[in-house]
Amino acid sequence: MTTSPKDTSEAASPALRGSDDASHWWRIIAIWAVLSVAFDVVWLNVVGPHVPPGRMSDTANGAAFDFNVLIVMAVPVMIAIWVYMVYAVVMWRAGRGGPDPIGGERARGNNRVVTGWITITTVVVLFLAGFGTYELVQPEGAGGGQGPTPLWTPASHNVLQVQVIGQQWKWTYRFPSFGGFETNTLEIPDNTTIAFHVTSLDVIHSFWAYQLGVKADANPGQDNVAFTTPTQLGSFTVRCSELCGLWHGSMFNTGRVVTPLAFNAWATSTEHQLAANTAVLAPFAYTYTPDANGADGGYYPDTADPYSPVEQYGATQPAGQ
Amino acid sequence: MPWGYGDVVNKTGRAALAGALALIAAGIVMFAFINLMSQPGTVTFAASNGQVNVTLQTVGSYGSGDHPTWVSYEIQTQGGTWQHTTIWQVPARTQVNVTILQYDSGSPLRNEQLGQVTGTVGDVATLNGATFSVNNSNVGNGVGHTFSIPAIGVSVPLAGVNGNDTLCGAAPCEPSSPHNVIKFSFMSPGPGNYPWQCFVPCGLGWLYGNGGPMGTVGYMGGFMKVV
Repeated sequence: MTTSPKDTSEAASPALRGSDDASHWWRIIAIWAVLSVAFDVVWLNVVGPHVPPGRMSDTANGAAFDFNVLIVMAVPVMIAIWVYMVYAVVMWRAGRGGPDPIGGERARGNNRVVTGWITITTVVVLFLAGFGTYELVQPEGAGGGQGPTPLWTPASHNVLQVQVIGQQWKWTYRFPSFGGFETNTLEIPDNTTIAFHVTSLDVIHSFWAYQLGVKADANPGQDNVAFTTPTQLGSFTVRCSELCGLWHGSMFNTGRVVTPLAFNAWATSTEHQLAANTAVLAPFAYTYTPDANGADGGYYPDTADPYSPVEQYGATQPAGQ
Repeated sequence: MPWGYGDVVNKTGRAALAGALALIAAGIVMFAFINLMSQPGTVTFAASNGQVNVTLQTVGSYGSGDHPTWVSYEIQTQGGTWQHTTIWQVPARTQVNVTILQYDSGSPLRNEQLGQVTGTVGDVATLNGATFSVNNSNVGNGVGHTFSIPAIGVSVPLAGVNGNDTLCGAAPCEPSSPHNVIKFSFMSPGPGNYPWQCFVPCGLGWLYGNGGPMGTVGYMGGFMKVV
């Protein structure tokens, strides 16, 4: 049964009940279903494939998937509220000279509506909480820093270790499996799991390889491990996402995902090219105590607690210290 | 005090107070604006035969101005005078030949990776005429500063002079003071503003050595404007 706006001003209210109101319910549900399905289909086919951070790695893919799931779950809830609100305004608005739409028996609670609303929203929220928690740790920590002893580690034994060193205000990268050379440029092979060991030589930075979906804080004296497996060739942007001083805004560079063959060629040639510099670098370690210039948490120069890496990782004491 | 008279006084007083506060607020805004927006001048370099010659010097303590004890760079204009600024302008896609007169002492680097010469023509520089690609700061007088433009990968370590010598204490330093001469070339990129800086934490007395002159344009960092 359809009801005109005029007679519903007396007969209906937000708390729907009775057989006359069933048609309102079905109409609202139908409008909601059509709009929700239309939105979700359009989103998943038009917008979804392009949501950030993209599909360059398994972790980026996971982040984009999570974003799409949250959108297609949350927007129908929003549409339900809007549809009900607009429907109520159109169908049940007070007419001129009509009775006050607020108050009376119809304005009282409706147990079915309340129970249904609480049940549906509870199910949605609990599902998203469980889904979000699961996705937060899959795959292998979802690209987030897990500290020095990661809980979620890759099953593969073919993991490339890459150390990321933040310092005011640049990123450098060390490759322990290639002699420990340290370079300004970051190249990694596709279809290979990468373990980023993120640390800092001074203040807190944050390593954000945007298109890889990797983000891990760089803390001095800490080895913060984040995993990812690149799945597409191309360039990605590395930025510092922790305000770290005057030149924080320019603390970025560009990395590349290349084929394993190209990576090996690059790493081997770079190892050879930088051999003279690698020879004077501190031996590779997961954290450093770079106090040669007073960076041990004190003020420059820190003479009270001089550079003493020997106990830390067997490095040679710099001359004159 | 009669109500009417008091009201008039109060209104006048309130208006005067509001006006004074407005003036103070405007003054604070202007002071902040002027100070935040002000920056050292720009030294412009014109190309000659497709190349640009840029000369800088480093001094352990500038010796005058607002921060006489701060370490600093300064730039020689094409007219030959020294200017206390770290902002300079060069043409795009031109070979920039840099000469740095390093008057400061050195120490081991926090990260020896900064001892590499990168991004220059041939990935090399010269130190007092001798070509080098790596400076081991653990030997000799160490490295005092670096000249680095991270966005284009340029980084050159500047070997320190012997700290036991009588060093230049005020800019501009005279060639008679102990110094090293570091030369290198690089190609300027496309138009834009490129931050450059020293990567040695040389801000004496500042946390991690990266405050003060390391965090102030005009001392140990600035901009290369490319037009």
